[in-house]
Amino acid sequence: MLDMYAEEILERYKDPVNRGEIKNATAEVHETNPLCGDSVDIYLKIENGKISEAKFNGFGCAISQASADLLLDEIRGKSSKDAKSLAKEQFLKTLGISLSPARLKCALLSWYALMIALQDR
Amino acid sequence: MKGIEKLKKDFPILKRKINGKNLVYLDSAATSQKPVQVIKAIKDYYENSNANVSRSVHKLGEEATEAYENARKTVAGLINANSEKEIVFVRNATEGINLVAYSYLLPLAPSGGKIISTVMEHHSNIVPWQFINSHGMDLEFADITKNFGINLKKLNGMVSKGTKLVTTTHASNVLGTINEVDKISKIAHDNGSLFLVDAAQSVPHMPVDVQKLDCDFLAFSGHKMLGPTGIGVLYAKEEHLESMKPFMYGGDMIKTVTLENTNFNDIPWKFEAGTPNVAGAVGLNAAVNYLKKIGLDKIRKHEIVLTKHALNEFSKLDNVSTYGPQDENKKGCVISFNVKGVHPHDVASLLDREGIATRSGHACAQPLMKRLGVKAVARASGYIYNDKGDIDSLIDGINKVKKTFGV
Repeated sequence: MLDMYAEEILERYKDPVNRGEIKNATAEVHETNPLCGDSVDIYLKIENGKISEAKFNGFGCAISQASADLLLDEIRGKSSKDAKSLAKEQFLKTLGISLSPARLKCALLSWYALMIALQDR
Repeated sequence: MKGIEKLKKDFPILKRKINGKNLVYLDSAATSQKPVQVIKAIKDYYENSNANVSRSVHKLGEEATEAYENARKTVAGLINANSEKEIVFVRNATEGINLVAYSYLLPLAPSGGKIISTVMEHHSNIVPWQFINSHGMDLEFADITKNFGINLKKLNGMVSKGTKLVTTTHASNVLGTINEVDKISKIAHDNGSLFLVDAAQSVPHMPVDVQKLDCDFLAFSGHKMLGPTGIGVLYAKEEHLESMKPFMYGGDMIKTVTLENTNFNDIPWKFEAGTPNVAGAVGLNAAVNYLKKIGLDKIRKHEIVLTKHALNEFSKLDNVSTYGPQDENKKGCVISFNVKGVHPHDVASLLDREGIATRSGHACAQPLMKRLGVKAVARASGYIYNDKGDIDSLIDGINKVKKTFGV
């Protein structure tokens, strides 16, 4: 398990590869954590049932932002059906970060946004 | 403050190790730790005197009632109320403010008028007024100055003959600002308005005299002043309590009940429906006695020294901004800050690894965050059991945060 502030996480936070907007996104979701004010916007371009492009914008702690960046790596190129079936536990396992209970919701903010974005797909 | 090492020993929790480090507790603005004297008072009460109050004629009932009413006297003395009749026990400052909202302002709301609060308030001194606003009374907020105080000139212009209530925090839980409540009181009264003080961050830390302040209402929480959770105080001038409607209805707040009608009890019991938090009052009594033994003026002096040291150390840190007055005489021991490019939650998480407890987030003051142009802050707040060494540990911790994030 990675430390919450392992180099890989901090790199992703400081230099995310998936940060940005998609102008003509086919799915767009804004999700916030009212407790701490963290927010994430997820933009997806779904073509023929496949996620061809995925970007995010947001503000928040290193965990919420780095996990959003990693999540989009995970689902890009997958069918929306496959992406939708990505279970919470599976995503946390993929992240591989050792999280305290209080920080779980930070790590899952983007996952919740993704699930909303894929709701009817 | 002399003998702080000895004083620290009164707080069992300060012996705890967090992540293998000595606990440095800098979150007293959220809640204070409890000295053994308070813990023991509650234990003694449950082991020896526990009974319901005001109704049982047996020995324990008498003792419990005496302990509960004795706490009321102690609190009245602490804030120099005219009589203990002016002290209503509630759960916390929030409930005290809600009591004023429901019992004093709600009946007036349909006929209009205005409430004036400020942008630096805790949500507890904003949301109840939005509720009254939804019943027909106007609601306005006074702005802050560039020095993080309330803009008194603007406030004065906002108050008019139709103003029913002016309210402000005595000391800000984010900025630390100690507001000029005596001046605000005068502005309110000159216009025929009543004045409510949110004293959650002042009564634990400095001498507060309700007669000198000439406030109509003053609310505070026991748990921020070494007492247990679940007990708080609403002070209100006797004349207001006499004319106000009850807050909650039920047992204890009555004199006689028939199926058709009820005669309400005298004040303050008219506002204390149901079995009260007797053990909480006993704990609060012990807490107030503990604070009084040290002396509230001495506590304030200690915190001025601590704040001065903190402000001085923070000013040496690059890429760290603080929010609030820079004059230790004008603020409580509360430092809200941000490390450039690092989210406050990450600051608090990394400080926690060093055993340092701080708050992070919006500190229950989202409108103030917006006014300051920030999404969130990290906050360190001190109390009687903190010393300069604790501030130094915090500064070391912040330097570690900066190193981790390469700031």
